[in-house]
Amino acid sequence: MTTELVQLLTPEGRRVHHPEYAVDPSAAELRGLHRDMVLARRLDAEAVTLQRQGELALWPSLLGQEAAQIGSARALRPKDHAFPSYREHGVALVRNLDPAHLLSLFRGASNGSWDPAENNFHLYTLVIGSQALHATGYAMGVAKDGADTAVIGYFGDGASSQGDVAEAFTFGAVYDAPIVFFCQNNQWAISEPTERQTRVPLYRRAAGFGFPGVRVDGNDVLACLAVTRAALDHVRTGSGPMLVEAFTYRMGAHTTSDDPTKYRDEAEVEEWRAKDPILRLRRLLEREGHADEDWFAALDEEAETLGRRVREIVRTMPDPDPSVMFENVYADGHALVDEERARFAAYQESFADAGRSN
Amino acid sequence: MVTKSLPLAKALNEALRAALESDPKVLLMGEDIGKLGGVFRVTDGLQKDFGESRVMDSPLAESGIVGTAIGLALRGYRPVVEIQFDGFVFPAYDQIVTQLAKMPARSQGKVRLPVVIRIPYGGGIGAVEHHSESPEALFAHVAGLKIVSPSTPSDAYWMLRQAIESDDPVIFFEPKRRYWDKGEVDTEAVPGELHKAQVAREGTDLTLAAYGPMVKTCLQAAVAAEEEGRSIEVVDLRSVSPIDFDTIQASVEKTGRLVVVHEAPVFFGSGAEIAARITERCFHHLEAPVLRVGGYHAPYPPARLEEEYLPGLDRVLDAVDRSLAY
Repeated sequence: MTTELVQLLTPEGRRVHHPEYAVDPSAAELRGLHRDMVLARRLDAEAVTLQRQGELALWPSLLGQEAAQIGSARALRPKDHAFPSYREHGVALVRNLDPAHLLSLFRGASNGSWDPAENNFHLYTLVIGSQALHATGYAMGVAKDGADTAVIGYFGDGASSQGDVAEAFTFGAVYDAPIVFFCQNNQWAISEPTERQTRVPLYRRAAGFGFPGVRVDGNDVLACLAVTRAALDHVRTGSGPMLVEAFTYRMGAHTTSDDPTKYRDEAEVEEWRAKDPILRLRRLLEREGHADEDWFAALDEEAETLGRRVREIVRTMPDPDPSVMFENVYADGHALVDEERARFAAYQESFADAGRSN
Repeated sequence: MVTKSLPLAKALNEALRAALESDPKVLLMGEDIGKLGGVFRVTDGLQKDFGESRVMDSPLAESGIVGTAIGLALRGYRPVVEIQFDGFVFPAYDQIVTQLAKMPARSQGKVRLPVVIRIPYGGGIGAVEHHSESPEALFAHVAGLKIVSPSTPSDAYWMLRQAIESDDPVIFFEPKRRYWDKGEVDTEAVPGELHKAQVAREGTDLTLAAYGPMVKTCLQAAVAAEEEGRSIEVVDLRSVSPIDFDTIQASVEKTGRLVVVHEAPVFFGSGAEIAARITERCFHHLEAPVLRVGGYHAPYPPARLEEEYLPGLDRVLDAVDRSLAY
């Protein structure tokens, strides 16, 4: 299996040559990748803490998947579009989405709320695999427009069992849509291992649909960057989709509601801890002298500032006004919604005299 | 005035043609809608005239059709998709209910999804199983969707044009047994509001409310009842979400009696909602409880039994008699 895995950086932080995939980032770019991963991990950790404090209803942690998310997101051009699942906080950061949107969603103050067109980063999708079709349809539209835009659709190993993902592969293939299907195989769909989803390595599924698939070391940010960039270039030529399987590991629980000790061994987690995506890039930066202690210290400070900002955002976030329930259900209005909105307002108003709001 | 006599299916075809001509963002997608022109020929000739990029034969996967239509709408297109038959819509039910209906509200209005889903529906054509169902109530229950169903070629033309122009997702239920019924269509008329009901026949003794294929049946019932000296008003609802309760109310305040007719099963059907709301609105005007006529709480039967299952002239007249007997 290891021969199938594209790797450009070993867990020890040594560069590896690969005959097909290469990337040669400048020192500044390497530091940028490291910074993105550190900030993503900090945002994630802060959100987990906030959930434990009762400030968030839920949080799906990205811990361990930083390289897959940052490497793939940094491969995108500004005009490219990303369709996330619900764990792509690192991709969101790279796309400059205000973290307040993600926090609002998991606090229960909104169901999304951001404008996908603003950062070309679409809404989170909690029902597994549905977004693969939206991404594919979007890419079909791009092809009709003759635009030089590519689309990336994120999903996980569990989603690979969904019919919508298979249908997305079919539609993307037969219409030659410029889409990269980016599967983060983090080995676990809540409690079910990948063996419960598939008998073949996931990247090989692409062959049956008539497009290329490749497995990349999902904890190697350089390999994820190189492979995703190559995949995006491939789909931009109009020759159809490409599947990238980022072989990674979900270090944390599925979400803050999950208890992974019920279904997996600590030894397995330890094994993957040795492959940590951030540590291996740090080793490279240090070995090749691209960053010094001061730089790392400054980054730690920046991460702390982000953590403080995340806390501030959540603790000062107002609850939405109840009337928003009725807003934007329809673009052109709907008689029943209008009637119920008015009735709700009158009901609220009926308590005004009593001096209480509800 | 440009008035033509057209079968309902041809009126839909003309509406699609006009929409494709007037807005380059309009796309058609569905199974067999290209060269074949659809199994009912509603899209006949459109791929030839507008090309494969705008009239797209899709893979045979309903969830894929609706899911990619959502993506195309996000890109700025206005997809009009065809589900080949009513009973085939359920593979797409998740995309319709979970994604299409909710995404605009989830994005707080930043996303609009102007997607039209055309579904030939209802029975009466002797089809095999899963080809005769009326699932409109299963969609009307979902906020974010609009549901309409025309009963005449003129409404078929104009309501489809309006549905395509709407920025909301619209499920457009086409009464397949009326596809071949002809009627006058004025393609330069000023259409009425998409979601407003119309009084199809005036009367004073009782109101029949229906939509889609059952409007014709109700009009026939009204003619038959007239021979017995009863004056029946027929309201063509046209829209199942929203429902134009004002028009029904005005009619019931005049007649004092209401019978709702649809092919779909009575249990949890649109008639139940209409009965409840009209009872609330017209309690002191009602001379009889609101009655409902529709399908039974049994799977749609084999075609040899569909005449027993579907509400026909006699079942409607029976309900009229029961209401008037109060």
